[in-house]
Amino acid sequence: MEHIRLPKVENVKLVDRVSPRRSRVGTLYLTATHSIFVESEAGVRNETWVLHSLVCSVEKQAAAASGCSLLIHCKNFQVLHFVIPRERECHDVHLSLQRLSQPESYVELYCFSYKPNVGEVERRQEWDLLDLKADYSRMGVPNSLWKLSPINRHYKVSDTYPADLFVPESAAPPVIVGSSKFRSRGRFPTLSYYSKDNHAAICRSSQPLSGFSARCLEDEQMLEAILRSNPRSDFMYVVDTRPKLNAIANRAAGKGYENEDNYSNIKFQFIGIENIHVMRNSQQKMLEVCELRSPSMSDFLEGLESSGWLKHIKAVLDAGIFIAKAVAEEAVSVLVHCSDGWDRTAQVCSVACVLLDPYYRTLRGLMVLIERDWVSFGHKFSHRCNHLVGDPKEVSPIIDQFLECVWQLMEQFPCAFEFNERFLIAIHGHIYSCQYGNFIGNNQRERIELGVRERTHSLWSYLWMNRADFINPLYRPDHSQTQGLLRPSTAPYCFKFWRGLYNHFDRGMHPRQSVEDYLQAIQEETQQLHDQLASHKQKIGKLEQEQVWRVTQKTTTLDKSPTAWALGNDLTVANTPQDYTGDFISSSPCQPKAPESSLILLPHDLNQKSEANLSNGSDQESGIADLSCRSPLSEDSTRDPDSDEAAYSAA
Amino acid sequence: MNIKLIKYGVMEFAELIKTPRVDGVVLHRPFLPTVEGTLCLTGHHLILSSRQDNTEELWLLHSNIDSIEKRFVGSLGSIIVKCKDLRVIQLDIPGMEECLNISSSVEALSTLDSVSLMYPFFYRPMFEVIEDGWNSFLPEEVFKDLESMTDEWRLSEVNKDFSVCPSYPPLVAVPKDVDDDTLRKVASFRHSGRFPVLSYYHKKNGMVMMRAGQPLTGTNGRRCKEDEKLINATLRPGKRGYIIDTRTINVAQQAKARGGGFESEANYPQWRRIHKTIERANVLQEGLIKLVEACNDQSHSMDRWLSKLEASNWQTHVKEILTTACLAAQCIDREGASVLVHGTEGTDSTLQVTSLAQIILDPACRTIRGFQGLVEREWLQAGHPFQQRCAQSAFSNNKSRQEAPVFLLFLDCVWQILRQFPCSFEFSESFLVLLFEHAYASQFGTFLGNGAAGRAKLSLPEKTVSLWSWVNRPQELERLTNPLYEANSLVIWPSVAPQSLLLWEGVFLRWNRSSKCLDEAYEEMVHIIEYNKELQNKVNSLRRQLAQLETEDPLLQTP
Repeated sequence: MEHIRLPKVENVKLVDRVSPRRSRVGTLYLTATHSIFVESEAGVRNETWVLHSLVCSVEKQAAAASGCSLLIHCKNFQVLHFVIPRERECHDVHLSLQRLSQPESYVELYCFSYKPNVGEVERRQEWDLLDLKADYSRMGVPNSLWKLSPINRHYKVSDTYPADLFVPESAAPPVIVGSSKFRSRGRFPTLSYYSKDNHAAICRSSQPLSGFSARCLEDEQMLEAILRSNPRSDFMYVVDTRPKLNAIANRAAGKGYENEDNYSNIKFQFIGIENIHVMRNSQQKMLEVCELRSPSMSDFLEGLESSGWLKHIKAVLDAGIFIAKAVAEEAVSVLVHCSDGWDRTAQVCSVACVLLDPYYRTLRGLMVLIERDWVSFGHKFSHRCNHLVGDPKEVSPIIDQFLECVWQLMEQFPCAFEFNERFLIAIHGHIYSCQYGNFIGNNQRERIELGVRERTHSLWSYLWMNRADFINPLYRPDHSQTQGLLRPSTAPYCFKFWRGLYNHFDRGMHPRQSVEDYLQAIQEETQQLHDQLASHKQKIGKLEQEQVWRVTQKTTTLDKSPTAWALGNDLTVANTPQDYTGDFISSSPCQPKAPESSLILLPHDLNQKSEANLSNGSDQESGIADLSCRSPLSEDSTRDPDSDEAAYSAA
Repeated sequence: MNIKLIKYGVMEFAELIKTPRVDGVVLHRPFLPTVEGTLCLTGHHLILSSRQDNTEELWLLHSNIDSIEKRFVGSLGSIIVKCKDLRVIQLDIPGMEECLNISSSVEALSTLDSVSLMYPFFYRPMFEVIEDGWNSFLPEEVFKDLESMTDEWRLSEVNKDFSVCPSYPPLVAVPKDVDDDTLRKVASFRHSGRFPVLSYYHKKNGMVMMRAGQPLTGTNGRRCKEDEKLINATLRPGKRGYIIDTRTINVAQQAKARGGGFESEANYPQWRRIHKTIERANVLQEGLIKLVEACNDQSHSMDRWLSKLEASNWQTHVKEILTTACLAAQCIDREGASVLVHGTEGTDSTLQVTSLAQIILDPACRTIRGFQGLVEREWLQAGHPFQQRCAQSAFSNNKSRQEAPVFLLFLDCVWQILRQFPCSFEFSESFLVLLFEHAYASQFGTFLGNGAAGRAKLSLPEKTVSLWSWVNRPQELERLTNPLYEANSLVIWPSVAPQSLLLWEGVFLRWNRSSKCLDEAYEEMVHIIEYNKELQNKVNSLRRQLAQLETEDPLLQTP
């Protein structure tokens, strides 16, 4: 609170970037966690909420006659342009936001103050939703080839690795420890994914400290052990995901890559994925293109090309394909590393898993995958996502690239993924938002020290409760497209610009009707029809039975004893749970289905409320109802004559 | 008459076909297994049938062939056939002589100059014509609709014999108060006699869109009072209109030197002129060639692909055309002003703009039949020279003739709007692809000829079958119908931001990548919707049954 110099500014203008004529005037409030813009137009109460932790940069521009401009860039790619009447106020807001958006310690992060109305027992249960050991046993480990090693229980061997690690059965502790001493940050080769169909495994590590000629017997034994844990294979791949030049440069610093001569039966392979600095600059360039005001087609395509972004996405996907094919088609195990083994290695291993195993293409599977290959294996989320004020050179959109690879695959295989684009965007937003504890810190050890499980809520549980919003209507578990290895095309024209993420908040750019929402609505309706069908059938059965019974009554005995009638009536009442008949006939089939239990409903509602806070009212203002497809469309253009037309005449 | 034609034709073709039949030919096609079979050449088709089960594997119209290349490895020759629908196939033909013969025959047969030798004049429908498409969209009928909304327009017969404007149909809608003599004078002041005619009447506010050829002002600023009178007759008192010139001001200025020009403010004070930048035909053709080359680039380099895509300028053309159409629609619907659209001739960019503006404004144009009517009115009857424009496509080597993908760009723009409003069109993407294919090569006469007079000389309704006759049958309509369609009576404003405009994969990448997964997704979508309908029907019938049982009930109780 002490950082808020000015809690409230009136007559602030929120400028619409696409068509300035649509700009709105209102009041800007600064709270401990959010900036809130409330439109002051009579009759409507439009609110735009921006979480401080999502703010990436705040820029104050030179004062003009109309006021002083404040440009806010968010990590979820939202850009807000406020015009504040007085320079002084703008200055205060600027300083406050700058401080609020750059927390200096973890305790300042939103997840530690975010307290939805959820009981402590439920909160603790949230963290039990995903169980990595269950995923390993789903893969089929431990087994006679792979064992759970307690060696890193206390993070003594590698402080950035998780406590539970799977290693080859034959790898004795001295071999593991020896190997870890020969690897950057002690990140020795360990299991990431195991294919129980053919025993091929994906292992990961950091680079070996080989320099120009150093060797390590234990490390060589470790790789030998990995090779032997795939009994039917006589060699394994070692994939260095860096460009060869980078790897060679590392040798001068006593690091480097495996010498094929020293390791028995390895095939060594470079895959040129660029480093975090190249990726950061590339995304920055692409975002500049996305932000251009009314760019020409050439501006856009040239900018996209010179950013190199899609080239990098292709490189990551190509690497994932190489590994997935080695495992699925050649049944050969692969050891993947880069420098530290927490950026490119995480990308490539997880992309390979998505390609290989249909499980990771389900909602729960993708969450498990991110939890394993990214969170548990020490992708440095807090550094890469700039959660705290820190070294800007550590920031890099490595996880963005993974999510985008998944999206590119969804574009090619529309039936193969259980989740939709919204799911990826929601995950992306919350990786940066710090609302949930999942991505706080840089590794498991740090999260334990921070007491994340004890003090914060879990994103996975929130997503799981709201899974209805994230289901891809085209997904069918038994569809041929869903099965086995995905074989995507990597021709350049198959890679598209991800408008849904990078221009997420530029509502005007998106299709005005969504096929997916339409199908989702249809499927909900279908579900209700199923229920009605069952209930009608039951009711008809009853009535027919009753009639048959009455007819027999009429023909056999003319004496209608009151007891007989009573019996009949009793039967009818007993077999009909509730009298819905009238309701069903009069109600429209589109009426929402009642939730199964109020227990689920309660936290669901609460979570949704907080979600709205995070995703800041942009949805509310542009009217998501307009985008929903079942209603006739283009409402917003009818209501908002200026909406798109400015673009036509400006061009 | 027809029999004579056929005989003449057959003789003519027989001379060109040096080798009518070759065995052991191997066909390579993208994403399909290779087929070995017998290659046959007929007057209009290249046919390959595998000997195993005697089913035709390939049935290709010669007129669909854009270019043909020969390659020899030893005595095995190959011909690479590049089609106007952008498909590329390879035929391995044993024997050097056979290969040369086939190649030269196909080359000759695919570049026949005489329209009357084209396949539509020989084609006899194998289906029952329910409705003759040649009579489906007659101007008189269209005018009846207009009459029901307004009495300010009349149907003029001034062009009955095509003497006033050879590219206009015999009947055109003009302001009621303008007589035929005035029209004749105006025609002499407009490029190719294309005087301003009605293109679209916006029912909501009574505003209109007209189209014309450029005014022939020349360097000394010629004026034509009748022209001014004609277009002013469409304005409400005290109202201003907009003239949308599809050319840049520079291009329009330069046109003066060749006798053309634009409407000056001095002579047309009630009109505001806006210049846009839709490129001319030859630039568009170059764009198509470059784009298709980019799509077929095998280098797998992202930089190369993006820079070639950009250099083709295809997406730029799409953006410019859509933007101009949106502007026209905006003037009419939002500004409440009438609009006159022209470029130079008024047969290319003008039609792109007027037809797209109608898609945006008029829900009727978004139905299957309405879209046919639009193509008929704004393209065929409005005199777009299809034969010239679609003579060659992206693989052709003959440069800078009359060819240009003007109509393809229009279809691309419609596809962009369809992508943004996927539930607002009665037709699916496949209808647009079908029109693209038939505009370039067809068994139907619909897209033959150039302009109304030229088409009239060909007696197309008497001698050929209309594409619409084929399309408007239940089984075809079903295939072309968009399962997501729900009538949307509103104006639909598409986004023209570069991020919103996509490459039309259904045409440009159709033969470059397997569409299996996307097709499956489409089927799944259809399945979801059909299943819902099926259940809906079941529930309804049960509901009726239930209601019946319940009304019968009391009867039973009263003996």
